[in-house]
Amino acid sequence: MNVLTYTCCLGLFCLVAEILNLRKILVPVIIAGLAAIFFVNVLEWAQTAPIIIGGMDMSRMMRVDHFSIAFSGLSIFTAALIFALSSDFYKDEPHHLSDYLAILLFVLSGTLVLFSFWNLVMLFLGIEIVSISLYIMAGSRRFDIRSNEAGFKYFLMGSFASGVLLFGIALIYGASGSFELDKIAAYVSAGAVSPMFLIGTMLMTMALLFKVAAVPFHFWSPDVYEGSPSLVTATMATLVKVAFFAAFYRLMVNGLIGVHDYTGDILMIVAAATMIIGNLIALTQDNFKRLLAYSGISHAGYMLLAILSLQTNSSSALLFYGTAYVLATIGAFAVAIPVFSAMKYESISAFNGLGKKNPLMAAMLTMSMLSLAGIPPLAGFLGKYYIFSEAIKNGYIWLTVVAVVASIIGVYYYFKVILAMYTKDADDVVVKPTPLYLIVMILCVVLSLVLGIYPGVFTQLI
Amino acid sequence: MITLLLLFFPLAAALFVFLAGHKMAAKLALGFAVIELAISGYAVSKFLKEGSDAFFVFKPWIDYPKVSFHLAVDGLSLLMILLTNFLTPIIVLSAFNRIIPRAKSYFALILMMQFALLGVFMAMDGLLYYIFWELALIPIYFIALQWGGENRVAITLKFFIYTLAGSLLMLFGFIMLYWYNPAHTFDIRELYQSAVSAKNQSWLFWMFFLAFAIKIPIVPFHTWQADTYRESPTQGTMLLSGIMLKMGTYSLIRWLLPVLPLGVAQWGPLAIALCVIGIVYASIIAIKQKNLKNLLAYSSLAHVGLISAGIFAFNIQGLQGSVVQMIAHGINVVGLFFCADIIFNRTGSQDVYGLGGIRNKAPQFTTVFMVIVLGSVALPLTNGFIGEFLLLYGVYEYNTWLSVFAGLTIILGAVYMLRMFKKVMLGPTSLPAEGFTDLQWNEMLALGIIVVFVIVMGVYPKPILQLAEPALQLILNKSIN
Repeated sequence: MNVLTYTCCLGLFCLVAEILNLRKILVPVIIAGLAAIFFVNVLEWAQTAPIIIGGMDMSRMMRVDHFSIAFSGLSIFTAALIFALSSDFYKDEPHHLSDYLAILLFVLSGTLVLFSFWNLVMLFLGIEIVSISLYIMAGSRRFDIRSNEAGFKYFLMGSFASGVLLFGIALIYGASGSFELDKIAAYVSAGAVSPMFLIGTMLMTMALLFKVAAVPFHFWSPDVYEGSPSLVTATMATLVKVAFFAAFYRLMVNGLIGVHDYTGDILMIVAAATMIIGNLIALTQDNFKRLLAYSGISHAGYMLLAILSLQTNSSSALLFYGTAYVLATIGAFAVAIPVFSAMKYESISAFNGLGKKNPLMAAMLTMSMLSLAGIPPLAGFLGKYYIFSEAIKNGYIWLTVVAVVASIIGVYYYFKVILAMYTKDADDVVVKPTPLYLIVMILCVVLSLVLGIYPGVFTQLI
Repeated sequence: MITLLLLFFPLAAALFVFLAGHKMAAKLALGFAVIELAISGYAVSKFLKEGSDAFFVFKPWIDYPKVSFHLAVDGLSLLMILLTNFLTPIIVLSAFNRIIPRAKSYFALILMMQFALLGVFMAMDGLLYYIFWELALIPIYFIALQWGGENRVAITLKFFIYTLAGSLLMLFGFIMLYWYNPAHTFDIRELYQSAVSAKNQSWLFWMFFLAFAIKIPIVPFHTWQADTYRESPTQGTMLLSGIMLKMGTYSLIRWLLPVLPLGVAQWGPLAIALCVIGIVYASIIAIKQKNLKNLLAYSSLAHVGLISAGIFAFNIQGLQGSVVQMIAHGINVVGLFFCADIIFNRTGSQDVYGLGGIRNKAPQFTTVFMVIVLGSVALPLTNGFIGEFLLLYGVYEYNTWLSVFAGLTIILGAVYMLRMFKKVMLGPTSLPAEGFTDLQWNEMLALGIIVVFVIVMGVYPKPILQLAEPALQLILNKSIN
């Protein structure tokens, strides 16, 4: 809870800093702040006290447990990486820097709510905090028509999904008489689940599938990813995606596990479709950001496997997969953003000849792509392994076969990027990343390797 | 300790070579490879004295799922390690006096490859083994991609995805095995003990068999092979044909037979039939080849078909023969591809029918090439003979008719190899062969060593048989019970 408060305070500080003209030191201060918040978060691990504000017990609203602390840690770390990239990214628009940073901090605080909600109202609030901040960020390049389109599209579709979510919550409340996860679970396990409750469950599932961009609710994501400024795309693809998944998992495991038979069949079909369609459409993409959007869709399919496997405690698998995915994707963006800004376009051919022009960046992007493709010894491999293993343990054998086939398809398009770097001819445009970008890309790749070789830290965490 | 040194030395060497720069890369890589060979010589002496206990390494690695860093070396592994460490310096040596762009990456990748291969041969934990197996694919992919021929991009991608597809099926198989065995572990000792039901073994067999069949390759999963061999740089082809495909045959013996004996009992006849069909098919195709590298690729396909047939024959002669032939084939095929590279390097041609009369210009080269060709057609007193004899004997024990068809490999092999030799080396001096210079020192050294082994192994194969036998007998007993 303290973590959430401090993050919000840091966001407010950003807005004040604009007035005090402290823009130059803003990014270092935020990163230092996040490091402190991360530390506070770690400290809470030992004793997760109930949240009491002004003498009122808030644990009916939010609960801090090991699940939420672990995912909060991941979220804060991811955000710190994105902040490290942002000072150079927004150097053309220094006047808005503090606004962007503040909004990003609010996205982070929204995700923190999502990890620890115990009440469907808090879930809705968390989703809205994240989404509304993202609508603004997607459209933040005001004079770029595609950024405008992205923001507008995301806003329209997203608010529709929020409406569906709210409707689902209302129906569940109507049936069970409560917003609280444990009471909902008690209602389900008492037997006699009314059809209204099931419809409510369905609507909520649909809305969350929309938020994580699973097929058939994925149409918004490639357009929004492509149109948004690259760093915002990175935020959506990593921080936000993992957060929505964690919220989804928390909802399912704590509230709706009793109707798993009912939701399971649907989620199974959705997961299979997401993995296959995401990977197949990705094959035809030329734009790197669209490619990562479809790759993100297919990864959503794999993560849905973890949600399906919730009878055994698969949250560790989800956390590990999320971490591996975040590291690889941010690593890829840390290479892609300087390349795009030098080349002035964003298709895969922008990477042509990078292996000769800048071997270090090419190597880092190669490692990130290999991790996304799930090749050992990188973290992506073990992430896939855990997810598959949990799914098999829960009896989803055929779905795992589909996942294996899908990941074979996936290799092809990740290699398209690698091939562009190493086999196509280079041009004269010099690509030179700033030191911060270099640090971030190397950090991501090194962590991917470390996690792939010593996964022990994560495997039994939650 | 010796195990870790043996395994990690090439990795350290790869890093060192990469950091040392282009000029020194080849020499350093050769030096390191020779040191590694010396280490493996020491390992052999230790093995003979203390047995496999001296090589046992077991460290818990991941708590859940239970994966351990479990390495062990028995006679079978030791022979494969020796093959790898013997061929690597020769492969590096073959690249001397050749112009290789970005040399430091090239040689570092070769040493990386050596590291991964050694890992495959030592790992005794399913997931660890799988990781090394996949890891071996990365360096060879980049070697073929960056230093390969014209059509390399499409062909290497096909190779990569093809083999990765097989590997992922195997991963799936391993996860299933993990949950099937009561101890929930990947440890090979547990996997050997665990009794998976016949029904499950039946389909698990295919998960593993496909992975190995693609890597070896067994017909009809061979379509990546000839193209990849042709388009890879010579050292890449040598690594692929000399060592990497032995990963597949080794894994058949180490993992498939003892872990899924009932599955093998059920599908073995089909597998062996595929192998024998592959032998005949590859031999016939080889006869029709005009491109030298393609011809060698198909001849290699026929040879590994016989090796796999011997393994699936499931008796000690077949297994013994397969081990001897894995080593002989590894040595011979590296020699053959080196000869092909020398010819291509001097004449710019790989066309069997366009060459001729090289003997008139290069007598030394002709002699060594001849010996290696004879080894490859299994002339008695060369290394190819012992292996093929034992293999055919093993197949004969299994089924007479199959051995008749498998035996065609000797006749057909002689046809295409000797005819190729005649067309390329003998006759009047052809236009491309004008100005063919004889062997340089590095070529002489590498080919000389190979020739010595072709003959010595042919005359005195006993040490290999003795080293391999206890390990093979153990595996055979496990799978028959």
